[in-house]
Amino acid sequence: MATFTGKVWVLGDDIDTDIIIPTEYLALPTVEDMKPYGFSPLRPELAGQIEEGDIIVAGKNFGCGSSREQAPEIIKALKVSCVIAKSYARIFFRNSINNGLLLIENDQIQDAVKEGDTLTVTLGETIEHDGTTYPIHSLPDNLMDIINAGGLVKAMQKRNGIIK
Amino acid sequence: MGMTIGEKIIARAAGVESVKAGDIQTVTLDRLMSNDGTTHLTVDMYNNKLKNPRIADKDKIVFIMDHNVPAENPKTAEAHKKMRNFAKEHGIVLYEGQGVCHQIMLEDWVCPGEIIFGADSHTCSYGALGAFGTGVGCTDLLYAIVTGKSWVLVPETIRFNLHGKLREGVYPRDLILTIIGDIGANGANYKVMEFAGDGAHNLSINDRMVLCNLCVEAGAKSGIVEPDEKVVEYCAEHGREAKADQMFVSDDDATFAAVYEYDLSKIEPVVARPDFVDDVIPLSECPKVKIDQAFLGSCNNGRIDDLRVAANILKGKKVSDEVRFIVAPASNAVYLEALEEGIMDTLMEAGAQIMNANCSVCWGSCQGVIGENEVLISTGTRNFKGRAGHPSSKVYLGSAETVTKAAITGYING
Amino acid sequence: MGNTLIEKIIMKNTGAANVTPGEIVTVNVDRVMIHDIFIPFVADKFKEMGFTKIWDPEKVVLIYDHLVPTSAVEDIRHFKIGDQFVKDYGLTNVHRSDGVCHQLMPEQGYAKPGNIVFGTDSHTTTYGGVSCFSSGVGYTEMASILGTGEMWIRVPETIKVIVNGDLPANVTSKDVILRLIGDLRADGATYKCIEFHGDTFDKMSISSRLTMSNMSIEAGAKAAIFAADAKTAEYSKVALEDIDWIYGDDDASYCQVLEYNAADLVPVTACPSQVDKIKDVAEVAGTKVDQVFIGSCTNGRLEDLAVAAKILEGKKVAPFVKLIVTPASREVYLAASKAGYLSTLIKAGAILTQPGCGLCCGRACGILSDNEVVMATNNRNFLGRMGTSKVQIYLGSPATAAATAVAGVITVPEM
Repeated sequence: MATFTGKVWVLGDDIDTDIIIPTEYLALPTVEDMKPYGFSPLRPELAGQIEEGDIIVAGKNFGCGSSREQAPEIIKALKVSCVIAKSYARIFFRNSINNGLLLIENDQIQDAVKEGDTLTVTLGETIEHDGTTYPIHSLPDNLMDIINAGGLVKAMQKRNGIIK
Repeated sequence: MGMTIGEKIIARAAGVESVKAGDIQTVTLDRLMSNDGTTHLTVDMYNNKLKNPRIADKDKIVFIMDHNVPAENPKTAEAHKKMRNFAKEHGIVLYEGQGVCHQIMLEDWVCPGEIIFGADSHTCSYGALGAFGTGVGCTDLLYAIVTGKSWVLVPETIRFNLHGKLREGVYPRDLILTIIGDIGANGANYKVMEFAGDGAHNLSINDRMVLCNLCVEAGAKSGIVEPDEKVVEYCAEHGREAKADQMFVSDDDATFAAVYEYDLSKIEPVVARPDFVDDVIPLSECPKVKIDQAFLGSCNNGRIDDLRVAANILKGKKVSDEVRFIVAPASNAVYLEALEEGIMDTLMEAGAQIMNANCSVCWGSCQGVIGENEVLISTGTRNFKGRAGHPSSKVYLGSAETVTKAAITGYING
Repeated sequence: MGNTLIEKIIMKNTGAANVTPGEIVTVNVDRVMIHDIFIPFVADKFKEMGFTKIWDPEKVVLIYDHLVPTSAVEDIRHFKIGDQFVKDYGLTNVHRSDGVCHQLMPEQGYAKPGNIVFGTDSHTTTYGGVSCFSSGVGYTEMASILGTGEMWIRVPETIKVIVNGDLPANVTSKDVILRLIGDLRADGATYKCIEFHGDTFDKMSISSRLTMSNMSIEAGAKAAIFAADAKTAEYSKVALEDIDWIYGDDDASYCQVLEYNAADLVPVTACPSQVDKIKDVAEVAGTKVDQVFIGSCTNGRLEDLAVAAKILEGKKVAPFVKLIVTPASREVYLAASKAGYLSTLIKAGAILTQPGCGLCCGRACGILSDNEVVMATNNRNFLGRMGTSKVQIYLGSPATAAATAVAGVITVPEM
């Protein structure tokens, strides 16, 4: 079972898709072009500060708002290892799975950590913070199938016989 | 020695008996116009560069937001806020989203014989009502705001004697483009283009606006049509009086730098090719060009006459699937008239996109921006490189009829 | 044991004798909608997945609305890619400047009662107003639907909302849905369906119902559906007997029930910057505004322009306040023109823009700057939605918006 450790960035409740990527930048040609504007309405400097392997921790209803898939794509492009939130909005949840962005649901972590802390995640089992261990659930089988395939594009490529 | 219309207006504004071309005179300005293209810069200079800033006469100043209205990004919104707050603070009249500045000035403010500075090159339009309007930069405008005065070099005048009437299907737009093609983009540099003769008087006030508006594309300081009874009527209809002693006409012995004669019945439909306003050819000689967008509007050609032309052509027809046909009425007054005549219904049914009254595509940064290698045919004022969007895009200029027909077929001259 | 409305739609679609919440089922998609912002991404993913044809081109609707009119050179790329996609895969249902997608889908008859519809936009929930199960998806998911015609879904629990009685004259369906979002909170209906019951809804026009279904996503809902009735049949041009099965059974199981008395409701507003920060308009009355916006897929329909015209008739927008009106579609524009509403609005000083998403999507048509305040009829007041993150956005009904435009301060409408 995969285990990883990362530095934490803490956000609040109801982090909406317009915060994750404002509409103004949606017509930029690539996600890489949009990446610097991630979270800009809330914390303009954040996208530049996040480093590979960091973890975003948030409250309830993370990703609420529009269907823009650039939201999970930008978070993925920032190379965070996962997002841990109390809950997720529906479309954002589907989009993240389809893009292979790991989302973990846990309603205690956000209250327990402060920015800059370190967390250790063991997939499907636990999150460890400052000596305390929090259990986490694994996803339903049909979603794990998509994640295991490497996202929905790969799953469809298998279906269409492009890859094995 | 006699004087031209331009000389008489300057003499009046300078409070002297007579002036002649080449003199430098200090004039008291009758009106100052500033739009959202540059007002925020003027405001910055007023607030930061002057020691004891004051406004000579706030009632002579008109602020008009028309270029980026409604705002398309936070930067223009911030510029608008600065302009709005300055107007509020100093009691300056402000129009926001009610139309293109020159159309509003002509509808609500301009009177014959006045001298008006505007921080926009197409301020030369005001000669349609026998006024001397000219475009200035924001430093000149700031000086005028603070002192109420400015210096002017009395320009030479080129006289255009127009005869007869335009044929059906030929428009003032074709006439002025033809003239610009003939004399060139600098053919009237620093000069006044004065229009007179029976042909000039046959033109409606709206037609005269088209003529004067585009004079700057030949480099002119101003364009003026000899005022007549139609000017008096227009002013009366718009709630103001044209003063009889300011209805200036050139003296018989006035000096002109050049005199041209035009038989209006010989004018034919023309287009200006990219990227120069004076690269004018007869429409009949223009090859079939595929277009991506057509634009009907601007201070040159967004008036009720132009919308009527488009509606008559579009009635029962459809805009091509491959063309974005963007229409922007020149003012809300024009918009209302068009709604009441059913013109907007016809345009909407045909598939046109109807914008709020503003500069729109002609300004090229707020609405209807065109993309890489795209081709636009426009009733706007300019076809400079990149004027309407991507630097590789091309702009052709033509009349409302030429533009509307292209919107239907997808081709200029097709 | 009966079934909820959404369960019935899923059962009819899949042929299953029964479905229960939590179950994962694969549905046959009746219609999909793609808009201009996302078409380039859908096209890329579709090709990347290895598909060579669309399962049923007739079931696909492509709508340009977010970028109409263009405000940046790059916007054109979306149209070019969209036009190429139309040619490559034989799409026939294409709207290049006819209005907001969520207005066109029911108005042009693409979303019909009982259908299952997905769109690349969160407000796809709108078509619940004409008794569809419709929901938003991302572009990867859309690409897979285009190839397969199928989509897996989890059968949702349903929240039953009951409202009976007559709404006060100054209360519109927008106030009802804002109240509901305030009570449910922004995540209160996440993954769930909302079902509307009661005679207040029976009396509501289809336009008002579309407004409610549209905004239900702001409580996180997967769908928000009205039972089909004679109004639905007339609007959607179908026979009532073909759609009269679309209702929730009396003995169906609901995860939550909320009940309201219509007469008790008042005009409300969502305060900056959360959609669930609901206050009575009276509580914030007097707040100075810089701009008012009437339009969007939530409130840009004919009845919305009618109420605005009624309030603005013979009046002027307050000095230094901008009123921007954006009809939801070409048809709405034409109907409003013929009814004289557009003339009334322009006479009052409104700035009337081309039908489209306009200001609501934050790309053009009235962007604001720091510390400016806007009262708007659209669906979101998120930070930075209409300009900088310091813009204060209040959401309200068209009546509240129009009254506010006249007064220049937030005002309780009088009707």
